[in-house]
Amino acid sequence: MLRYLLRRIGMIVPTFVAVTFLSFMLIRLVPGDPIEVRAGEHGVPPERLAEFRHQFGLDQPLWKQFLDYEAQLLHGDLGTSIVTQDSVLHAFFQLFPATIELSVCAILFAVLVGMPLGVIAAVKRGSGFDYGLMGISVTGASMPIPWWGLMMILIFSVAFGWTPVSGRISDAYFIEPVTGFMLIDCWWSDDAGACTSAASHLILPTIVLGTIPLAVVARMTRSAMLEVLSEDYIRTARAKGLGGARVVVVHALRNALIPVVTVIGLQVGSLLSGAILTETIFSWPGVGHWLIESIQRRDYPVLQGGTLLIATLVMLVNLGVDMTYGFLNPRIRR
Amino acid sequence: MIKRNLAAAGMIALAAAAVGALPSSAGAKTLVYCSEGSPENFNPMLNTTGTTFDANRPVYERLVAFTPGTTKTEPSLAESWEITPDGKTITFHLRHGVKWQSNKDFTPTRDFNADDVIFSFERQWKDSSPYHKVSGGGYSYFGDMDLPKILSSLDRVDDYTVRFVLNMPQAPFIPDMAMDFASIQSKEYADALLKAGKPEQLDQVPIGTGPFELQQYQRDSTIRFRAFKDYWGTKPKIDTLVFSINKDPAVRLAKLRANECQIMSFPNIADLPAIKADSSLQLMEQPGLNIGYLAFNVQKKPLDDVRVRRAINMAIDKKAILAAVYQGAGLPAKNLIPPTMWSWNDAVQDFPYDPAAAKKLLAEAGLPDGFDTDLWAMPVQRPYNPDAKRIGELMQADLAKVGIKAKIVSYEWGEYRKRVQAGEHMMAQLGWTGDNGDPDNFFSPLASCAAARPGGGSSTKWCNEKFDALIQKAATLSDQADRAKLYEQAQVIMHEDAPYFLIAHSVVFMPMRANVTGYKMSPFGAHDFTNVDLK
Repeated sequence: MLRYLLRRIGMIVPTFVAVTFLSFMLIRLVPGDPIEVRAGEHGVPPERLAEFRHQFGLDQPLWKQFLDYEAQLLHGDLGTSIVTQDSVLHAFFQLFPATIELSVCAILFAVLVGMPLGVIAAVKRGSGFDYGLMGISVTGASMPIPWWGLMMILIFSVAFGWTPVSGRISDAYFIEPVTGFMLIDCWWSDDAGACTSAASHLILPTIVLGTIPLAVVARMTRSAMLEVLSEDYIRTARAKGLGGARVVVVHALRNALIPVVTVIGLQVGSLLSGAILTETIFSWPGVGHWLIESIQRRDYPVLQGGTLLIATLVMLVNLGVDMTYGFLNPRIRR
Repeated sequence: MIKRNLAAAGMIALAAAAVGALPSSAGAKTLVYCSEGSPENFNPMLNTTGTTFDANRPVYERLVAFTPGTTKTEPSLAESWEITPDGKTITFHLRHGVKWQSNKDFTPTRDFNADDVIFSFERQWKDSSPYHKVSGGGYSYFGDMDLPKILSSLDRVDDYTVRFVLNMPQAPFIPDMAMDFASIQSKEYADALLKAGKPEQLDQVPIGTGPFELQQYQRDSTIRFRAFKDYWGTKPKIDTLVFSINKDPAVRLAKLRANECQIMSFPNIADLPAIKADSSLQLMEQPGLNIGYLAFNVQKKPLDDVRVRRAINMAIDKKAILAAVYQGAGLPAKNLIPPTMWSWNDAVQDFPYDPAAAKKLLAEAGLPDGFDTDLWAMPVQRPYNPDAKRIGELMQADLAKVGIKAKIVSYEWGEYRKRVQAGEHMMAQLGWTGDNGDPDNFFSPLASCAAARPGGGSSTKWCNEKFDALIQKAATLSDQADRAKLYEQAQVIMHEDAPYFLIAHSVVFMPMRANVTGYKMSPFGAHDFTNVDLK
């Protein structure tokens, strides 16, 4: 186990270099200069452009820029944004909790709703419930997030007025960001309604972001369960007289969990890309939409730094997922 | 004894209740504005976008201000000023008793005075200023308005008097001082931050003299301002101003409908009929101080022939473009400056839409079968042009009818602008938004002979000596009526020489709740909430 862990950690360094190299090169392939792209019709006089480029090291040869960036990273310095002049790390940690909060809620929604639905669909295989559920999950997985999000807002927020339109909390509340997680920070507020407001603002974005993972988890659980339910040991358990629920949950589900956990781990990566769209529609101030803006603005330090930090996160999550296999299936531990 | 203590306890309890009730008390008016984007930072000197200027305007002020809803100037931090007859020396008399805001890191020990003005301008101008390079040191507008060329010296006469000496008389100098880049920052705050080793904070956590102070900025989410209780001017009627940042216009409208915000910017043009029909909302509109055009590069044949340029003007159906692309959010343009600007010459008659006459004129110019050309279109939306590609396609179809074969060309925005300024095109769409409400701000950067030089800002590279002489003279005069006469003549010359097909001045719309009063639309597209009230 320890050797496995060390081997996985050892892979992080080459992965980092590859990620930084890719993000460095790809953004520079996109035409456009960070100074020029933000200038209006006035344009930028050549002397000022030269001054800016020199200041951000953009007039150096590419290989030197890359090596300087790697050296900077080794000192833990992710640079400053060309646009806001604020430190990349500082901006990331201000925005990251919002993305985490939304992603965690979305994955919990997907798992807590999707898994039971998948189990029931497997147990009631062939029934109307099964077909209905699978039909709905395919529909859910096929809906583009911007459209789905906007539809939810128009129906539930504007037409019915049940949920707020966008944002993390009502603008009436002034919350000091202590942890950055609104559901935690709201407890410090003087107002009783703050936490209710924070929770109600999470409803629609969670559903919208969690729809695709929910569909995937439900289907995966269903097929994994179907496979496991047809195994010999299940027949044995039933023959021994064990009750239906106990067979399903204790014996079948635990063994079906391995492929499901894999899928959940993979969904984290797709959650981050879904978060970008969800964050834009719901004006959710997270890292997804910060990164999109950095591409439009050609804000190289933000894009490179942000990509690296998110890649780190994805690697850590996948590492965690691999570690849980050993917990779930003792045979893998050895 | 007991009674006295009880009374004292009662008083304390009442006082505590009063203080405790303050933060979220009923009766505190909050105005939420649904804004379209995040500010880049909190120093308008460093930026060029309206979004950033809007977020800074509640906090900072300038020597001069634009009277709300107009392009006229009025005193602000400067109570009065004198300009010498040669137009080269301007002395500002500063207002007394103007207080600076404070925050958890800074409490001012003195009022606003000349030191703050000198600091704010020298920061942008002189390498010797310790803040010149802070936060990237890119003072775009200070450079764009030519101030390094215009300014000769800036002197502190006394605590409340500053004197600007110019190298040449500059009629628009006063309106320039009302622009956002000329905001005044606190020298005391700047010095304190420099000593504490964190000068960048000056541009991230602002201190100003304006009607609101920044309470909190949650990146990409909200900006909270509260009314500055020691503000020198008319106190705002609202206590809390919140900018709610929502990038999608459909979401902004949804919030407005749900009364989660009371005023919003930049609606979708397609939503305008629905907004007008909604009785809980009101819609304000105003022509923007802008122009969208198709520029002819007069240095490339056959566009050097005025007959060809006039023919193209008659070949394109302007009304159809306005209906299809601007969808009512535009006014057809016949002059470079918009109708809201003084000296706009209504006597100029626009070219008629007459393809037959166009063909005849082309034949006269020796091109009966037309010619080949390119037609450049921006890949991004601009305030004066909602969809350049679509407009390009409509123009292409119209031109084909008179035998002109146009190929649509596009580049990434920064590249596009650079290449147009380099004159690589034959015909290119572009435009302009006014900065200070002065006609010189349109004519000089776009159509002067200086601008037509290589690398200059002219998209047409047109240089007409008579036109140039008129606008040069007008820039030096001080009497507006005299200047207007010259600009009117200039517009006639430009129309006759037709270096452009002028498309439209876009109309800016501002939806808000029906109970919002006191909001005046700025001709500059600036969003200012100082005088807003909620009934």
